[in-house]
This record gives sequence, C-alpha cells and structure tokens, in this order.
Amino acid sequence: MTDVTSSKIPVTVLTGYLGAGKTTLLNRILSENHGKKYAVIVNEFGEIGIDNDLIIGADEEVFEMNNGCVCCTVRGDLVRIMEGLMKRKGKFDAIIVETTGLADPAPVAQTFFVDEDVQKNARLDAVVTVADAKWLSDRLKDAPEAKNQIAFADVIVLNKTDLVSKPELGEVEARIRGINPYAKLHRTERCKVALADVLERGAFDLDRILEIEPDFLEAGDDHDHDHHHHGHDHHHHDHGHSHGGLKHYHDEEMQSLSLRTDKPLDPTKFMPWLQQLVASEGQKILRSKGILAFSDDDDRYVFQGVHMMLEGDHQRKWKDGERRESRVVFIGRELPEQMIRDGFERCIVT
Amino acid sequence: MKEFDSGESASIVSVTDRVRPLPLGMAVSSVHFLGDNAHFVGAEEKIAVASPAGEISSIDVHFGAILCTASDGARIVTGGDDGKLVELSGKGGTSVLATDAKRRWIDCVALHPDGAFAWSAGKTAFVRSGKAEEKSFDAPSTVGGLAFAPKGLRLAIAHYNGVTLWFPNMAAKPEFLEWAGSHLGVTFSPDNKFLVTAMHEPALHGWRLADNRHMRMSGYPGRVRSMSWSAGGKGLATSGADTVIVWPFTSKDGPMGKEPAMLAPLQARVSAVACHPKQDIMAAGYSDGTVLMIRLDDGAEILVRRNKGTPVAALAWNAKGTLLAFADEEGDAGLLEL
Repeated sequence: MTDVTSSKIPVTVLTGYLGAGKTTLLNRILSENHGKKYAVIVNEFGEIGIDNDLIIGADEEVFEMNNGCVCCTVRGDLVRIMEGLMKRKGKFDAIIVETTGLADPAPVAQTFFVDEDVQKNARLDAVVTVADAKWLSDRLKDAPEAKNQIAFADVIVLNKTDLVSKPELGEVEARIRGINPYAKLHRTERCKVALADVLERGAFDLDRILEIEPDFLEAGDDHDHDHHHHGHDHHHHDHGHSHGGLKHYHDEEMQSLSLRTDKPLDPTKFMPWLQQLVASEGQKILRSKGILAFSDDDDRYVFQGVHMMLEGDHQRKWKDGERRESRVVFIGRELPEQMIRDGFERCIVT
Repeated sequence: MKEFDSGESASIVSVTDRVRPLPLGMAVSSVHFLGDNAHFVGAEEKIAVASPAGEISSIDVHFGAILCTASDGARIVTGGDDGKLVELSGKGGTSVLATDAKRRWIDCVALHPDGAFAWSAGKTAFVRSGKAEEKSFDAPSTVGGLAFAPKGLRLAIAHYNGVTLWFPNMAAKPEFLEWAGSHLGVTFSPDNKFLVTAMHEPALHGWRLADNRHMRMSGYPGRVRSMSWSAGGKGLATSGADTVIVWPFTSKDGPMGKEPAMLAPLQARVSAVACHPKQDIMAAGYSDGTVLMIRLDDGAEILVRRNKGTPVAALAWNAKGTLLAFADEEGDAGLLEL
C-alpha cells in the first residue's frame, strides 16, 4: 500500500449502519456516467441493479491470524475473492467492498495490510461510512458497531439530512466530530455526493498523507492556537461552548487524541515507543497516523496504522521554510490519554 | 546463492537450448498433461493445448476467470467465476458437469481416480460419483481446498480452523480435524497415512490419520501455493521459500521431529513445484522466472529456463515422465523433452 504504483487497483470500503443508505450510494456510484468499471463485493445480492459491473457475493468471514495477536483479524473470503478477481485484471478499474451494517471495518482494512498477495495487486483507498442523520445519534448510544464505523472512517457521508432540522443536524455532526474529527464529512440527501469525494481518496497512501492535512489542521482549529508547544489539543473536550454553530461533544468511549510538537523527535525513542504502544494498546487504537520530524533527519517521516498494524516510510525532504512540526493522531476506544501524552513527550529531543 | 544473469560464469548444466518455446499470449495459472499434449489453463476463458511438436491450439471453457483446475491424466476439470464446472477430455471435447444454481464462483475442484469428482462454491462442497446422485456437505466456513483420499470415496474439505473428512456415501458423521487458522490447499499422502494443508499464514499443517497427531511445518517466508508428492510419496516438495522445501514422509512419523531437505537455493522464491512421476527428480519454478530440474537425493541442478523476470505459474510432467511443461504468469511457456 505504501508505494505509488498506480497499477495497484484501488479498493474502497463502504460501511454504514443498517438502513443508512449504503446501497443507495453504491447504486449511485455504479450508475453514474463515469466510464469506469467496478468490481463490487457485496453481502446481499439482488439489491444492485447494474449489469455492467462485476458483482461478487461475499460471506464476511473473519478469522484470526495465527500470530498470537487477538486483534489481527482478516477477512478470509476477501483474500479468496481478490485472488479470483486478479485473474480478470484489466476488466475493471476499481473495487468496492460493501460490508454489512453490523460489520467492523477493521478486518477488511487489515486484510490489505497483512496479505502479501492482496497487497501486491490492490491498495486500500479509503473507508467510506454512510451515516443516517436522523438516527445516528441514537445508534451511537446503543450500537457499538455504528460508533466503530464512524471512528474508522476516512470519509463520512451524512445522509438523509432532509429528514432533520438544522439544530438536529448540528447535533449529529458534533457527535461525529466528537469521535472522529479527521474524516471528510459530506452532508447529503439520498447519498447525492460527488464521486470524487468518495472514490480515489488515497486515504491509506502514505505519500498522500500530505493531502489530508487540512483535516489534521482543522481538527483543533477553534481553540488550540496557544497550545501547540504543549502538544495539546482540546478539541475532544466538551467545553460546552460553540464555534461556528457547532457544539463540542466528548464521547465517553471513543475519542481521538492529537499530539504535536515543533521540537524534533528522537527516532530511537519514538519508533520503539510507537511499536510498544500499538502492541499493548492496539485493541483500543482503531486508527493512527502521523507526520514526524526526527532529529538529524531532513526527511519527513509518515506512518499510519490499523490496530496493531503499522506501516511507515520516509516521505520526502522537508521544504525550505516549512515548519518542522510533528503531528500524531490516534482514534480509539478508551485511549489512555495521559500515558500516551507522557510517552510522546519523552520522545522529544530536549 | 546463485544467479544466472551471466550464463558463462554459471557452472550449472543447462538444457535451455533444448526447450521448445511456446508463446501462448495469455495469462496462465496451471498446466496439465493429457497424454503427451500439454494443456495450459488460462487465467480466464481458455485452455491452450500444445502438442509435443509445438503446435498450439486453444479451447474455450469458461465465460470469465478460471478459478480452479484438477486433472487425473485423462481429463481436466475447471471451475469458473461463471458458476460452471467444465470437463475437458483428452479428445478435446468439453462438457459442463455442473452449474451452480446461484451462479456462485466455483472455488475448488478435486478428482477421484474412479471417476468421481468434487467441487465447492462458498461453504458447500459437492460430490458426484458414477452411479450415485449428487451429494453436498456444508462446511462451517468457506471451503479453501478439496482432496480425495487415495482409497475409498473420502473427501477432505479444508476450511477455517481445520479440515472435515467426509465419506459422501456413508451415513457416518464427518470427522473434524481441528487446527486454528485458515486452511487453503489440502493433500493426502499417496499411502493415505497423512493429510497436509497449506495455510493462509506461511506454514503447512499436517495430521497423521491413524491417531490425528499434529505436525507443524513452518518457517516459510511466504504462503505455500504449490505442493507435490515425490515418486512413491517419499517426500512432499513445496514452494514458498527461496529454496525448495522437501518434507520427509518415509517413516511412520512422517516429518515429525525431522528437518526438511532444502534444495536449489536462489535469490528468488519458489513459486511452483512438480515432482517427476517415476524418478527421484523434480522441477521447480521461481518468482524470477527460473526453472530448474533438481535431483532429490543430492540437490544437483539442471537449468531449464533462465530468470526472465516473470514468476513461473505452471509446471507439470507427463505421466511417463518424458515431457516437462512450464509457463510463467504471462504465458511465456516451454516444453522440454527428456
């Protein structure tokens, strides 16, 4: 996934709780006049009325890797389907994997991290989550799956916005942001969203971590101005104040944690710390990403992870005049915030 | 470690000039002999047939990808993403053996020497034997591999967390051999004493069938995609490492507590193996396109094809052991007459 070989087929993972509108979005993607052919891996046949594309039924079979790591689960059926699909290379341009409404997106994503053959041919493009504006707030309270899907997303399509009032919409957006402030959020009715906003996002492409920076920065845009040097963002705290009409919520269970410093990090401390952190807390950490400025290193280092799986690489030289700031983001469940902050602080070169 | 980039410096015996080149012009996933004709199974739609004289013709078998194949030397049976199971006879005629009612992919196929055959779609394995009607068995999860036991009508069905041994013509409850993980390929030892699976992780798992004792065969850097029993079932040659790994099966304990033979190391991974049907020699194809013939007792090597770059996908001997066919993933194929 790390390399830019465009010959790798992009894979979009489409999630969303029951009834949110996944099939509507899928039909929209397939029926739009984009001149592309998709292979679509679905769990329910029959709801998709397009003949032109390859539709494959999946069983959503998750199994644990035999490596003693309990959260290293992969989708076995996907490994098999990808192998079959690769025999028809050239017959389609991209792959969309639709998960069931109750699915955890992690095993799908992890399949693209751990399976050598899958990695050789395909790259994960983004996790797109369709959310129901009317019911999401309720589901976030009673359905852990729905919360997982929001936390995991790179793109959130907030659908059925016509069924809620403006304050209700603000409420649900604030709840989403309380969990995942980094995903691109699109408000839609009947999943009317530009395809460019959901496909070909490159969200898992290390070389394009740069392009998702606006969300990195926006994340704490309202009240972190003076806190940079502390490596502190307060965006996930419920201060009860509003900004641009948005209330701030703190989700008790699922949070994001952002760390930053403009002092260089010591790679001999940071890398072991990060490895150790995901090894011990990986079940809680759903996604992680970072852009790092190491001491005595003129290259930016970028990394990303899903649970315990990490990948990282030197990305490019820091540009002249570019602020050498390290930024790290974790999204997860009951994150041990103070422990992570302290550990990060200890990696800063003093 | 050896490299074959500079032909002059390599001290290895070479027969590359005796190989008849076969440009197939299509992606290939496997090869089987029916008589002396090499049948190259394409990644989709076709089987290309090459005569010993090098004439190439092609036969349409599927409307789409060919997902699995098996051959007993008299016929080739293929399963496709068109939901069909197709038989190609040695005379060149094709017939549809089965069509999945839901048009699901046919993922696995296995043939029995007495004419019975088995296939799977999703979690369901099907068996049809001469007189008896079609029978099916639902595995707990998607079927990863199928193999008939050498004796009796007994089918091994590999799936997640183990293998089910099923006697389709008997009422007895199928036997379940448990081992955590995803089991993909499966094969019986020719003496019917051992069962070996290739797992999703880079390892094999085995059972001694007399007492279901486990055998773990690990240490591969990559997934094992190709396995072949040597003549008389003395050893199991496997792909997946940068040497051919041959597990010994001569004693009653099989490979338990023994080191495998590691033959023909190259700076590339073994991608396909095929043991000679009669003698203690084998052929191995590598991810860099190299094909070697290897003597099993001392590891002596003969170069059949140089490292052209594309991984070797298909490798097979004819039943007499006088012809070796190979092809890389892109269909650059060859035939060697011994």
